[in-house]
Amino acid sequence: MAIQFILNGKPQTIDTPPAMPLLWVLRDTLGLTGTKFGCGMALCGACTVHLNGQPVRACVTPVGSIAGKKITTIEGLSPDGSHPVQRAWVEADVPQCGYCQSGQIMTAAALLAKTATPTDADIDEAMRNNICRCGTYQSIRQAVHLAAQMRSGGAR
Amino acid sequence: MSAATQLDRRGFLKTSAAAAGGLLVAFQLPETSGAAVTSASLNAFVHVGSDDLVTLIIHKGEMGQGTVTSLSMLLAEELECDWQKIRTGFAPIDPAYGGFQGVVGSGSIRSSFGPLRQAGAAAREMLVQAAAARWSVDQTQCRAENNTVVNTATNARLSFGALAEDAGKLPRPANVTLKTADGYSVIGKSHKRLDTPEKVDGRAIFGIDVRVPGMLHAVVARCPVFGGKVASFDDSKAKTVPGVKHVVQISTGVAVVADNTWSAIQGRNALRIQWDEGKTASVNSAGITQSFVEHMDQPGAVAKKEGDAEAALASAANRIEASYETPFLAHAPMEPLNCVAHVRADACEIWAPTQMPSAAHRAGMSVTGLKAEQVMVHSEYMGGGFGRRAADDYVAEAVQISKATGVPVQATWTREDDMQGDLYRPAAYTHFRGALDADGWPIALHARMACPPFGGLRNGVSSTGVEGVSTMPYGIPNILVDYHAVDPGIPVSYWRSVGYSQNTFFMESFLDELAAAGKKDPLELRRRLLANQPRMLAALELAAEKAGWGKPLAAGHGRGIGIVNNIGSFTAQVAEVSVMGGKLKVLRVVCAVDCGQVVNPAGVEQQIQSGIAYGLSAALKGAITIDKGRVQQGNFNRYDVLRIDEMPKVEVYLVPGHAAPSGIGEASVPGIAPAVTNAIFAATGKRVRKLPIAVGELG
Repeated sequence: MAIQFILNGKPQTIDTPPAMPLLWVLRDTLGLTGTKFGCGMALCGACTVHLNGQPVRACVTPVGSIAGKKITTIEGLSPDGSHPVQRAWVEADVPQCGYCQSGQIMTAAALLAKTATPTDADIDEAMRNNICRCGTYQSIRQAVHLAAQMRSGGAR
Repeated sequence: MSAATQLDRRGFLKTSAAAAGGLLVAFQLPETSGAAVTSASLNAFVHVGSDDLVTLIIHKGEMGQGTVTSLSMLLAEELECDWQKIRTGFAPIDPAYGGFQGVVGSGSIRSSFGPLRQAGAAAREMLVQAAAARWSVDQTQCRAENNTVVNTATNARLSFGALAEDAGKLPRPANVTLKTADGYSVIGKSHKRLDTPEKVDGRAIFGIDVRVPGMLHAVVARCPVFGGKVASFDDSKAKTVPGVKHVVQISTGVAVVADNTWSAIQGRNALRIQWDEGKTASVNSAGITQSFVEHMDQPGAVAKKEGDAEAALASAANRIEASYETPFLAHAPMEPLNCVAHVRADACEIWAPTQMPSAAHRAGMSVTGLKAEQVMVHSEYMGGGFGRRAADDYVAEAVQISKATGVPVQATWTREDDMQGDLYRPAAYTHFRGALDADGWPIALHARMACPPFGGLRNGVSSTGVEGVSTMPYGIPNILVDYHAVDPGIPVSYWRSVGYSQNTFFMESFLDELAAAGKKDPLELRRRLLANQPRMLAALELAAEKAGWGKPLAAGHGRGIGIVNNIGSFTAQVAEVSVMGGKLKVLRVVCAVDCGQVVNPAGVEQQIQSGIAYGLSAALKGAITIDKGRVQQGNFNRYDVLRIDEMPKVEVYLVPGHAAPSGIGEASVPGIAPAVTNAIFAATGKRVRKLPIAVGELG
């Protein structure tokens, strides 16, 4: 059964079982590998994408449930890595292994879209379900604050 | 990395040396410093192209530790090129050039510091010689800087690219002079990582992202009990799952191969398998602890003996004893295990996120029966490794599945597969006895240790089972460390910082117990016992000073120390915690490290932060438990890890020095657990002797 949705700003039609999680549609069917598999149970955040602007876990989102909706992945967050969160991530040199960072960035971008100037407590609440095993948390916190400044024109 | 990752080294060498010209310097990066260099063991290459591009092909992997960045810095220091424009690639394993390829023991910088700078200097000298010949001047009149050679008399310049072809025809200079530390312009200064831009927009290709034309996706059903085997299986339902293409039995279980990973998982769910569970099916965690305890009454194999600990204990003014225990731990890297393999009649190609390309290569040969030169391994970015990716089990599985199906296959482990099919940090148990003199100073220490061994036994001792205690830096006159190898059949292996990870918790905790028993300040006692360990002591003094050791704290707060000398480095941590209302909070960690000559200070700080998070995660939460031979945890809901709101404020201080660089990736893992538990003791008077910390028992 064909399922249509908007992927990174462009219409997308796929023909897969509706129960198939969006994660595997992105990675295995469409070859968009920036969204990562980490747990398969919405426990780690590595697969975070935006569904109509809201952060969701692609690993537990049946593709049938997104018909007609807008999906943004890390590849579509900006055309050239220029989203404030991406620039802040580079400025703060956040990634180590980098595997969780697509999910971290997508969660942070959604946080900033809702809360322009997050406090440390806001960051904890929004980001605590995104696991990083390299322990980049201190840099992530710094980068979220930096991205908030960039968005408000306060830095570069 | 993306530009060069897929470079075929044979093609690279042929192209560079013959057709396209340019300058190629091949050299060897040994596993550890001091290994012999032979012509067959070249495993790294520097190429300067006539297009001005400098390419570094290295044998090391990147799993987050920043190796690509710091190795590029080492090259640039001597080659006088712009290090940020160096293209880097991982050398595909190729037996024609042999040599060990792997990244273990925090050895990348340690082993590369000399050879890589020498290769850069050799390439620079050849470019300078070529320029001198072009200008018909003496080469003393020429100097390399910023990707060019300058004629110092005329200020004329020739780019490296313009000289590369001529330089490539010159013999490699036998001796080169390397800069001394006072002349460094790149080394020792903080630099951003080269791999960051591609890791913030989804471009970076990890092993799990490899896509090969015609590739299918596989998952494997493995016996839930370690050592178990397939007795029989029924795949009739699995084969009806849409997308499933093949079901094949392999040595470790039954593989389901499908159009996509999800279909493969659905197919696996539909398999019916009878397992022969084997003898491990009766093993459980309580029984493992019991077997450790039973060994505590009997002398073990002697790992260290100085003086006469028994006699000193017998005559001491004051004696204390205590038992410590730590659980099995999973590595749980964010990228679950995976590997792509493509086996043909006469070739086997492997794409693996591996810490040990050499082991992956051997696995490919072993499964296929092909010759060394018919097996090619591509190293891919790793989404964490922590020691797990030093093994080759997941490579061998992928090769078996491709061999059986005849198509390129990506074998992916689900999180549950990864957590329940790990090679774990061993569970361990240690009983200490300590003796104090009449003034309260330690005069004897006996540690009786037990854990599952790996890496072989020497005189009955597993070095990975005792390191951290047997290697203690403390000047105690009478020491006995003995060891029991107790193997319950749970697979164990290297886990970031290996034996130090649990044994430093044991050692540093009991040292604190000795301090308390002798009514000494924990810092004061360590100072005295480290009198002959100047580097360890200097790191400790720096950490203590920066942490404000001795300054008053609020009620319910405490500070604790954890020190370690592993991977050649000296690391001291002071943790500050609060224990209030049944809640433990690790507020601040001050870490001082002496790792010799620092190449990239920013990289060192990243690794220290990382090790603290990894070690703290284990201390607060990590436990793999066994029931009926099965691991009871399968995902992050039952094997929780550190979250952003639990990350303490970490401050890193480097002890300045120009000693040979030592390791950093594992330096800060061991000390954090005892720093925290010693701080808990300072805050509450309660001694934590078992990990993970049972916060509910702290009151």
